[in-house]
Amino acid sequence: MYIIFIAIFLAFPFSLFKYTKYILFLVNMTAIGVIGALGLNILTGYTGLISLGQAAFMGVGAYTVAILSTKVGLPLWINLPAAGVITTVVGIIVGTPSLRLKGFYLAMATLASEFLLEYVFKNWESMTHGIPGLYITPPKVFGIHINNDRVFYFFAVTLAILAVLCTRNLFRTKVGRAFIAIRDRDIAADLIGINVFKYKLVSFAVSSFYVGVAGGLWCYYMTIINPEAFQLSISIDYIAMIIVGGMGTIYGSVYGSIFVNLLPEAIQRLMEILQPVLHLEYTFAAFKQIVFGLIIVIFLIFEPKGLSEVFSRIVKRISSGGERR
Amino acid sequence: MNLLVQVLIAGITIGSIYSLIAIGFVLIFKSSGVINFAQGSLVMVGAFITYAFVTQFKVPILLSILITFLISGAIGMIIERFVLRYLTGVSLISIIMVTMGISFIMDGGALATWGSSNFTFPSLFPPLSLLLGGIKISSIYLWSFITSILLLVVFLLFFKYSKMGLAMRAAADNQKAAVTLGISPRKVLSLTWAISAVVATAGGILLASISALHVNLSYIGLIVFPVVILGGLDSIAGAVVGGFIVGVLEAVSGVYIAPLLGGAFQQVAAFAFLLIILLIKPYGLFGTKEIERL
Amino acid sequence: MEIAQHHLEIHNLSLNFGGVQALNRVDLKVKRGSLFSLIGPNGAGKTSLINCISKFYEPKEGKIIFNDREITHFRPHEVARCGVSRTFQNIELFKGMTVLDNLKLGRHIHLRSGPLAGMAYLGKAKREEKELEEFIDREILGFLGLTPIKNWVVATLPYGLQKRIDLARALSSKPEFLILDEPVAGMNREETQDMIKHILEIKKAWGLTVLLIEHHMEVVMNISDWIVVMNFGEKIAEGPPEAVQKNPEVIRIYLGHSYMEGQQGREGKS
Repeated sequence: MYIIFIAIFLAFPFSLFKYTKYILFLVNMTAIGVIGALGLNILTGYTGLISLGQAAFMGVGAYTVAILSTKVGLPLWINLPAAGVITTVVGIIVGTPSLRLKGFYLAMATLASEFLLEYVFKNWESMTHGIPGLYITPPKVFGIHINNDRVFYFFAVTLAILAVLCTRNLFRTKVGRAFIAIRDRDIAADLIGINVFKYKLVSFAVSSFYVGVAGGLWCYYMTIINPEAFQLSISIDYIAMIIVGGMGTIYGSVYGSIFVNLLPEAIQRLMEILQPVLHLEYTFAAFKQIVFGLIIVIFLIFEPKGLSEVFSRIVKRISSGGERR
Repeated sequence: MNLLVQVLIAGITIGSIYSLIAIGFVLIFKSSGVINFAQGSLVMVGAFITYAFVTQFKVPILLSILITFLISGAIGMIIERFVLRYLTGVSLISIIMVTMGISFIMDGGALATWGSSNFTFPSLFPPLSLLLGGIKISSIYLWSFITSILLLVVFLLFFKYSKMGLAMRAAADNQKAAVTLGISPRKVLSLTWAISAVVATAGGILLASISALHVNLSYIGLIVFPVVILGGLDSIAGAVVGGFIVGVLEAVSGVYIAPLLGGAFQQVAAFAFLLIILLIKPYGLFGTKEIERL
Repeated sequence: MEIAQHHLEIHNLSLNFGGVQALNRVDLKVKRGSLFSLIGPNGAGKTSLINCISKFYEPKEGKIIFNDREITHFRPHEVARCGVSRTFQNIELFKGMTVLDNLKLGRHIHLRSGPLAGMAYLGKAKREEKELEEFIDREILGFLGLTPIKNWVVATLPYGLQKRIDLARALSSKPEFLILDEPVAGMNREETQDMIKHILEIKKAWGLTVLLIEHHMEVVMNISDWIVVMNFGEKIAEGPPEAVQKNPEVIRIYLGHSYMEGQQGREGKS
């Protein structure tokens, strides 16, 4: 069974299908999103800590890669982990005072850090080149530039799979369980021996690492980054990913990323169909916002556990249907 | 010196408007524990609807404002009735995201209807400015300030003395007990959202008069957060105080600090201040600490 | 190495909630290996006292000494690391998790793998998990009759079982001092007998010191080595069960005439 998937995975980028390049682009964006969504899910879905600063942290990762490759000239295999590490450091700096706060106040502290980091991106011109942003010459892997859709595909999807595996392992062990305990009843967790503050910080650090790597990948793929790419709306995108996909589940991060990355395309097609019928001058951005908002609200009312719950219900129904025979 | 005074005038005026908007937010939080991320959208949409009545339907401005109050009150009630009623007892992040989703729908709708350009809001006030002790207070600031102070006083009196206001405070404080007194929490909640939407509209109209009318006005909703955290999430008086503090802080940092640090620091000043406050007082300046039982 | 005279000592402990005095200069000493019971009417301060020991509450004054070490200013998880374990009146289990995961959490302080080892799951973490499961199987699950439900989600299980799982969770860390907060509350006669049997067995097998809060008088009188009676945040009596039962002050405020008459009736008949 798995062999078929592996075969498709390996062969697809080389197919001659007309839309291959376009689909590769979507898959690549989704892969980046999966890593970022896993990071956010670890923090919010599993540990219960709300963060609105996802976008800014991705920015930290992206700028790290950009600065290290343009100003210092370091290679990919240093830059990308460095993106993760630097973002982790920033996460620890932000988290240490913030994680004493609870619920809404924590959300506000992360919102403040989002805006402050955005401000730094725009104004620390010596490092980040301010509003125009930075662009990098993408390094070469096996002689081809990494931002080539095919090359990036293998790179990113592999990393995404690795991220999924690591996360799955994490929640089979001590640290992962501690996160869930903190989410469910943090006082009881403290009383049974879990150093709650320490583990909250660890959760923030691990999550930041994932998000930083996602940001670094983004930079390598886009080759040009500027502060506009890391605004609050991106944080909201990620939160939507984990809500739609399923908070506190691994596959939820995957489904959520697929959904949110494919949604603009779906809306585009929908608009093209509806255009003659509605005769309205909706701009794409406006329509996308409305649909996005509607999806979030509908999911929260009807399917708060997200797509992962929907799918596992379907699977259960199929398998129990089989047993009845 | 003159500059400082002008900055303070601007700050206090804008601050009073922030207070208005923040009251709406605090009302909703007090009565249902909901963190309303859509408050900013209500501000923006309210201003735009008024604008539409004046410019497209040629309705006189005061009547337009009245009609818009009714419409936005209805919008508030609709949000409460159809969305939030289904979401009792859900997690904080779900509440945040639902109200955010609602704000996206409203923002998107506004963007689709009016596009993303700057509009001049129809003039609301007589062009009378004031000369006080050698300092000129421009008409727009003067009248906006007077209006928002008036509205603030009206609301504070309403809550303190009127029967409905008392009922709302009771329901916010202890829903179960309020029910036994014959107060319908459903009605109170509907009215709370309606009032919040109306204050948001008022704030939007004033803000649009001072600066410009643009769909980005909904981002004002984010300023509400430093205001309410400074004042305490569940304190109406605190929201008023917080509004003035943030308004003045923004104005002052825009003129004096931003040139030092570069860029538009005033946009993040309130948030930087917020972070510092939260470091010292994790539940805001006047917030009550949540006691957990085991 | 000299073993401390008393396993746990509490000196002059006071606790306020706003205007309410929850604890007022309470003194007590728990002997190693004893079964020490804390009784008193609701609101007497029993749970507040053990919440001070666990450091859920910060006492206003007084000292708490465990194994000759002052733990008054420890943080909650540090107290747990000393070998103190407790159950909760309201069963603070992680209801979304399975029984097994809850027990594994109970053993958190003895585990070593960090986030990186966990993510890799190759050598260290995998071995640790395996040993963990074996320990739990061997020493906890079978003993408390929980093996058949080890993979069930706690929220789906009945109250009596959840109480037992709470006990199992407290035992997973192999403590030396076990605090039980109303372990048989809400149980029927059979469940109560089972629970008490388990508690006494494991106390004997592991050499535990047990600090018990209970309202079930028959249980308390039958199994305790030493009883302390509290009312309105103060200690009003202490001693072995026979002495406490006969203490007029205690009878007056707590045990009630019906119990005493019941005792006299029984004595009369034999």
